[in-house]
Amino acid sequence: MAGVTLNTVRKTYQGGVEAVKGVSFAVPDGAFCVLVGPSGCGKSTLLRMVAGLERITSGEIAIGDRIVNEIEPAERDIAMVFQNYALYPHMSVYDNIAYGLKNRKTPKDEIDRRVREAAKILAIEPLLDRKPRQLSGGQRQRVAMGRAIVRKPQVFLFDEPLSNLDAKLRVQMRVEIKKLQKAFGITAIYVTHDQVEAMTMSDILVVMNGGEVEQIGTPSEIYRHPATRFVATFIGSPPMNLIPGEMMADGHVRAGEAQFRLPPHPFAPGRAVEVGLRPEDIVLGQSENAFPLKVDFLEELGATQLVYGRLNGAQLIAQVPSGSVAEAGGTLSFGIAAERLHIFDPATGRRAV
Amino acid sequence: MVENRHWFFRLLPHVVLSIGVFIVAFPVYVAFVGSTLDAATIANGQMGLIPGSHMFENYYRTLFVGTAGTTRQPVLAMMLNSFVMAVTIAGGKIIISILSAYAVVYYHFPFRMAAFWLIFVTLMLPVEVRIYPTYKIVADLGMLDTYAGLAVPLIASATGTLLFRQFFMTIPDELMEASQIDGAGPVRFFIDTVLPLSITTIAALFVIQFIYGWNQYLWPLLITTRDSMQTIVIGIKKMIVTQDALTEWQLAMTTAVLAMLPPVAVVILMQKLFVRGLVETEK
Ligand SMILES: Nc1ncnc2c1ncn2[C@@H]1O[C@H](COP(=O)(O)OP(=O)(O)OP(=O)(O)O)[C@@H](O)[C@H]1O
Ligand SMILES: [Mg+2]
Repeated sequence: MAGVTLNTVRKTYQGGVEAVKGVSFAVPDGAFCVLVGPSGCGKSTLLRMVAGLERITSGEIAIGDRIVNEIEPAERDIAMVFQNYALYPHMSVYDNIAYGLKNRKTPKDEIDRRVREAAKILAIEPLLDRKPRQLSGGQRQRVAMGRAIVRKPQVFLFDEPLSNLDAKLRVQMRVEIKKLQKAFGITAIYVTHDQVEAMTMSDILVVMNGGEVEQIGTPSEIYRHPATRFVATFIGSPPMNLIPGEMMADGHVRAGEAQFRLPPHPFAPGRAVEVGLRPEDIVLGQSENAFPLKVDFLEELGATQLVYGRLNGAQLIAQVPSGSVAEAGGTLSFGIAAERLHIFDPATGRRAV
Repeated sequence: MVENRHWFFRLLPHVVLSIGVFIVAFPVYVAFVGSTLDAATIANGQMGLIPGSHMFENYYRTLFVGTAGTTRQPVLAMMLNSFVMAVTIAGGKIIISILSAYAVVYYHFPFRMAAFWLIFVTLMLPVEVRIYPTYKIVADLGMLDTYAGLAVPLIASATGTLLFRQFFMTIPDELMEASQIDGAGPVRFFIDTVLPLSITTIAALFVIQFIYGWNQYLWPLLITTRDSMQTIVIGIKKMIVTQDALTEWQLAMTTAVLAMLPPVAVVILMQKLFVRGLVETEK
């Protein structure tokens, strides 16, 4: 078993696209690391460099203690699950799973034992003689998993493996992948742009943007203390509200009609800031940090409802229990606990408090 | 929709198709009838549309003895020559073009695109265009009147390379990457994945190239002089002499019918393979 370490890894494609701009982080042995970020931020590129499918322009990648920059994918002891599964269309499920072992000159009876064991774990034993095109999307996904687990590699790599499945199956497979990974204790790096997958699956969450790492941490750290404005709005649904404000002499932040009292902080009066409020932290009728909000319209989600309004010129969404607000048009008072406020520096986009 | 149309419009396509089939099939039938008559009947101009009684005799003579006058070679030997030539051309083209397409698509070597365009340009150079220099080279290499001389100059062609390149580009890259991770090198990837996926394309190309090779006329005419190296297409031509009376028409007709059989057989056999290929493989 082995962890994965990236040290100032860069990738510049031919033609000059700088897809990854100096990324460093470490995934401890046995941890489940999720790379999340918007489309085109370099997640797949980074994963493919770990796999050895893409050359590293500069920097180092190590699996365990071994620097793998110059090592062929087959020798890195990794397994990868692709978004489109990449099953060999002309081979049976059995041969698909066995192929990696065959190429490694594993004895026939051992191949057979391991393929059947993997098939049993994934409940695809009855499908072993079929061809991939005779399988449903979910079954193909399982075969792709089988191909990965049968080799018992040091590291699992996943590139959006669930994005071709329907919502229900996605939830089911998400749980199953996580369970398998924990059961085998194999280090995993998982690329997704689905933030629910990111939050639920990861031990370590790496948020990327524009080829750089914005923040690394546990999912709750990242949710509770986003390091940048980007992370704050990227993680969480509906996204965090960002309201422009100004530091007052008495230590409050003024944002239009609202006055937010902050925990102790080092800011000079007159400074412009951005106040971040998670929709679900805003409470109807709370007196702490109360502010009036004219309700523009409502969205009903079943258990909760979203209240849309404007504060100091920016849109504000509050998420309150269903039925709290009967109709749009009126002005209501909302409040938020001081420790739930996030303050960002508008110039750098970084978190201040 | 189609079913509800007026009977006339339902009948029309059948009529058109029947006329087409008749136009194509009638001469073939006449050749077959000719191959069952005796020389006198044809020479008298009394040839009807009913097969005669000399079929066995004509086919026996054509296959194993040959005509009395012009080509004394049995047609079976000619068919063998044609067959060897057609299979060598088809097989050679497939091997060369699948390998060169594999190189052009999957390897990144200097001047890759230049190599590809060079291959592409040869599309404009069929044998007929370069016939003199090609003849000279074949003659200098001492390959006149050999199977190699018949087939090799016709093997080089860009069509196959283009076809395979086009097909390889539709194979998802992830398949190669998965193979790479599974420990298959370039040769294994070719044998284990690319080749099985290409079966349909190979079968299609084989049919086309086999018929192309079988029907060659100009090139074999130039480089074969010995009767024993004659191909069947040349044989037919030689059987038909200018003095009509000297032509053994019933044998010429028999040869024509025999010349049609191998291409037909190849189409029928390969059709099964393509259909199987189409059904069983998909990317
Ligand atoms: N082979 C390539 N050649 C040149 N540029 C590339 C290549 N592959 C990717 N890029 C560029 O590198 C950047 C990062 O791409 P990458 O595929 O890593 O994004 P991603 O984060 O995986 O996005 P997505 O979520 O859409 O899959 C993009 O700007 C992309 O256009
Ligand atoms: Mg991607």
